[in-house]
Amino acid sequence: MASTLGNDASSAVSNPIGGDASSALELELRNVQKRYPGRREAAIPDLSLTVPAGEVCVLVGPSGSGKTTAMRLINRMIPLTGGDILLGGRSVLERQETELRREIGYVIQQVGLFPHQTVQENIATVPRLLGWPKDRIDRRVSELLELISLDPTEVGRRYPHQLSGGQRQRVGVARALAADPPLLLMDEPFGAIDPINRATLQDGFLALQEMVRKTVVFVTHDIDEAIKMGDRIAILREGGTLAQYAPPAEILERPADEFVADFVGADRALKRLGLATLADVRLPPMNGDEPVGDVPLTMSVRDALAAVLAAGGRPLRVMSSDGEVRGLATLDAIGHVFDGSSEALSEASPAGRAADEQA
Amino acid sequence: MNPPLLIGAGGPVIPNFGGSSHQFACEKANRLFCWDWFNHNWSTTLWPALRQHVVLVVIAVALGFAVSMGLALLAHRYRRTEQPMIAFTSFLYTIPSLAFFELLVGIPALGLSFWTAEIPLIAYTLLILFRNILAGLRNVPTEVLDSARGMGMSRRQMLLQVELPLALPAIIAGLRIATVSTVALATIAAVVDNQGLGVPIISGIDNYYFKTELIAAGVLAVLLAIAADSLLVGTKRLLTPWTRTRAV
Repeated sequence: MASTLGNDASSAVSNPIGGDASSALELELRNVQKRYPGRREAAIPDLSLTVPAGEVCVLVGPSGSGKTTAMRLINRMIPLTGGDILLGGRSVLERQETELRREIGYVIQQVGLFPHQTVQENIATVPRLLGWPKDRIDRRVSELLELISLDPTEVGRRYPHQLSGGQRQRVGVARALAADPPLLLMDEPFGAIDPINRATLQDGFLALQEMVRKTVVFVTHDIDEAIKMGDRIAILREGGTLAQYAPPAEILERPADEFVADFVGADRALKRLGLATLADVRLPPMNGDEPVGDVPLTMSVRDALAAVLAAGGRPLRVMSSDGEVRGLATLDAIGHVFDGSSEALSEASPAGRAADEQA
Repeated sequence: MNPPLLIGAGGPVIPNFGGSSHQFACEKANRLFCWDWFNHNWSTTLWPALRQHVVLVVIAVALGFAVSMGLALLAHRYRRTEQPMIAFTSFLYTIPSLAFFELLVGIPALGLSFWTAEIPLIAYTLLILFRNILAGLRNVPTEVLDSARGMGMSRRQMLLQVELPLALPAIIAGLRIATVSTVALATIAAVVDNQGLGVPIISGIDNYYFKTELIAAGVLAVLLAIAADSLLVGTKRLLTPWTRTRAV
């Protein structure tokens, strides 16, 4: 399964559009400012951040933090009032709006598929606007439908209202990827989906991203989703200022201030466990006792902790994928998983110390 | 039913009810509907009147649609123009039809002509067509417009590829009402221009005794309205396949 998808992806990215896997571009927001006429406070006073090519940057924050506004400034759906935005080093302000937008994938919460067009026609939207020849569009559409695991002939001919919510969302992503854009904007793409399907869609998107390696700006209000999806998380506070911009582990480990600590929640240590796997834990060797059960080495430390607790706190045997015993998952070992990094980081950063003192 | 009685009441002369050169039995008997009269006058009176009626209606609805589309696109783009347009089209709609036709006769360039008949017919289609086209354009979901714009469609592309196709059901619904009401209204246009099914209807009204002509022309107008409506329903099915499939 994985290898088939992998092949699809490589054919997708090496396809005519001139793109290969490195077609993702770096995105830089430079002193970006957005003021609305008649309002004293700027929606976004001064925002600067850089998203390296091929990484997922999640903009997260409470409502009123300007995260959607910031995203919509990038493809100029909302006009900028100060600063600049550079895509691959080139200012978006130099570009014609329509031309710029055709180069940036765009996915919104309600998807916004065209109800009067079939799934195939919907996915073909941007290639059609770009004037691709018909056979090239057809090839690309089939490729993308396979990439999102939908049957090109069966599902491709349906209209959007004949799809489930999850299928619609996947078609929305496929449509955004159709012309192989170097940047993808996603505004709460899984916000309207029930929790079980949301997790499936999130995993599906991460697997897809693993193959296509786009630069992605992903907006959500859900910190758990941000931690799961982001290579980096930009936490915005009300008033549109950046509270912290860092990889998820760093944000969980040393929140920059009280706002961030509050926002990520009191269970941030547990959330951090969710980012590590048993392979990151120094596991004690087997001690001769009969273990009460096995867990895989690839299991997240958070799930392993739950499993150990469910076993009444008794150790579980950790098995690698090739069936080798790697040691024991014990409460003690899990409890010390962050020992090294935590110390090093709080030494290094005043912010980390502040957070530690609060905790 | 009772010719002797009726003739007795009508006076000494046996009236030539249908106005034809020779009289059919059913005409003499003055049945409610005289098929012989109908067959005899079909090719000389009724069929030409029906054809003229179709021309009157098609031109009125086509020109009315063109004008309404222009107004609706303007109102869609510039919201401020919507209220004046609604006021104008509503005003036209409130003018009593007979008065409207007669008023135009007074204009020297028009007089008793084809366009004196057409102008009010066009004017009456505007309100319903304008409102339906605009409602159709306005009802396109905002997220659809947002994604269309976000994918790099120009205003024109959005209008032609997204907004107008999605407004089609509302537009065709407006065309159906406008067409059916114009078929009916066009019979009145015969007072200013000697054309259409209104001619045999008026002549049938004038004929106090023999009603076959009135009934024949009236039924033809109704059948024409039904046929036109069915044609539009079929067109809608053809042009909007997405409204035919069921949701899962």
